[in-house]
Amino acid sequence: MINASLVELRRALDAGRISSAELATLFLDRIAALDPQLNAFITVDRDGAIEAARAADARIAAGRAGPLTGIPLAHKDVFCTEGVLTTCASKMLGNFVSPYDAHVVGLLKAAGAVSLGKTNMDEFAMGSSNESSFYGPVKNPWDTARVPGGSSGGSAAAVAARLVPIATGTDTGGSVRQPAAFCGITGIKPTYGLVSRYGMIAYASSLDQGGAFGASAEDCALLLSAMTGFDERDSTSLERAPEDYAAALAAPAAGPQPLAGLRIGLPREFFAEGMADGVRAAVEAALDQYRALGATTVDVSLPNAKLAIPAYYVIAPAECSSNLSRFDGVRYGHRAADYADLADMYSKSRAEGFGEEVKRRILVGTYVLSHGYYDAYYLQAQRLRRLIAEDFRAALAQCDVIAGPTTPTTAWTLGAMADDPVQMYLSDIYTIAVNLAGLPGISHPCGFDAGGLPVGLQLVGDYFGEGRLLAATHRFQQATDWHLRRPEYAR
Amino acid sequence: MSLSNEQVGHIARLARIALTDAGIEAARAKLDDIFELIEQMQAVDTTGVAPMSHPQELAARLRPDAVTETDRRDAFQKIAPQTEAGLYLVPKVIE
Repeated sequence: MINASLVELRRALDAGRISSAELATLFLDRIAALDPQLNAFITVDRDGAIEAARAADARIAAGRAGPLTGIPLAHKDVFCTEGVLTTCASKMLGNFVSPYDAHVVGLLKAAGAVSLGKTNMDEFAMGSSNESSFYGPVKNPWDTARVPGGSSGGSAAAVAARLVPIATGTDTGGSVRQPAAFCGITGIKPTYGLVSRYGMIAYASSLDQGGAFGASAEDCALLLSAMTGFDERDSTSLERAPEDYAAALAAPAAGPQPLAGLRIGLPREFFAEGMADGVRAAVEAALDQYRALGATTVDVSLPNAKLAIPAYYVIAPAECSSNLSRFDGVRYGHRAADYADLADMYSKSRAEGFGEEVKRRILVGTYVLSHGYYDAYYLQAQRLRRLIAEDFRAALAQCDVIAGPTTPTTAWTLGAMADDPVQMYLSDIYTIAVNLAGLPGISHPCGFDAGGLPVGLQLVGDYFGEGRLLAATHRFQQATDWHLRRPEYAR
Repeated sequence: MSLSNEQVGHIARLARIALTDAGIEAARAKLDDIFELIEQMQAVDTTGVAPMSHPQELAARLRPDAVTETDRRDAFQKIAPQTEAGLYLVPKVIE
């Protein structure tokens, strides 16, 4: 049962072969046994989960179950959950029990999903390795000496180790897709504005977007369908009706070439230098598989892609310095014990509450927004952002989806980049541009390197192209078994 | 670009983050690396390119000027570091 898909779990629950309470207990017991080695969870809410599971059982018995009713999941600790600790992996919010639910949390509660707890992450979602958490690093289930990726590393590791079937995450510069690649699972970041950011603790508001983790595109489709929809409380939420992504995937494949007609663009910049040999081999083999399924590939170019990282490291810190100004030790969060006056209280509370990477990004953001530098840095970055988005527009005029590696390397060892933040920033080279353009992207497992570490392939679609990304990935996964491989932890 | 310790100290004060002298020195080295990365942007001619703040080019949505939130002061103040009589307590700011 621990490796069952959501469709299989749904059938088991509806047929009464297992109750939601039993299912929640099964996964809670796995968390209790295995999480001490992985550190994927910050908070486990056993009592709340069992209570929610019993309510789901009553709903199933009454014939009112939806696709997620009674299904266990976990939320990245960036999502506010009423009555449950929400720390954002920071000492700053070490005592923050949210008085309200994030919109996404509310939607999933309403769908009857059962939250088992809150997953570990990079502090305030700032990082690419999950090592900046105040609660310690998460370990990659494929090799516990390695990082799971960040910032949603706890969610990705939890799904990979089957401590939970599905989990939420957020993606500001690749934080769903990169850990999905490192942990050998599927993760989707939708079009910016499709998932409400209400109650999702803000890092960089114009880039942050909630996303979904699962073992497969099919599982992600079911979760994403329940997460999307207009929310008037988020001013950037798009006024679109929710889509049923799973319905399109349920149709049987037509013939041996179900992807006939799909044009896949291969940006030459994504296949240039910098990619590890094992990643290149796995990605190219996967592209051959896509061709065997009927897809055609075309060369495209994203000439400004190399500017995505510098632009991101202006825009994201600028927005973070503004968003994190709310943490002042007055209304919630950490307050220093000793201070001379109000300004001293702010400065000491923030110095004690934030970790090094968060402070670093706040300082960068404060500088680039300061008088005399705004035009040179922030506005220039926003102009580059348009150029990058226009590159994607031109490329997507020649193809239906863009494909490439999700990451240049597989998961690195814990501490390997601890003293070199810039080197770590460069690890998001293939994902960041997608956030700047606001496009949807998915990462799915496509092979392993020589060391046995999973490799991810990224597909990027046009705005609102989530269905096409999920469908293409689903067809690939129907013909391959990379997404069914599990680390020892999940066997 | 290379920042001086004085500049880093000034930024830290603006950001309301207390840094020791050793902390300033440690931050400066890493900030220099980050700004070296960021400087790559300056070589690009963006004349005539409009800044992009939202991929869908949306204008801010307006709603009726009506109270929609309920009073949840007790719930919100329950998590505050210090409150008294429904007020948030901070160090004295007026002599």
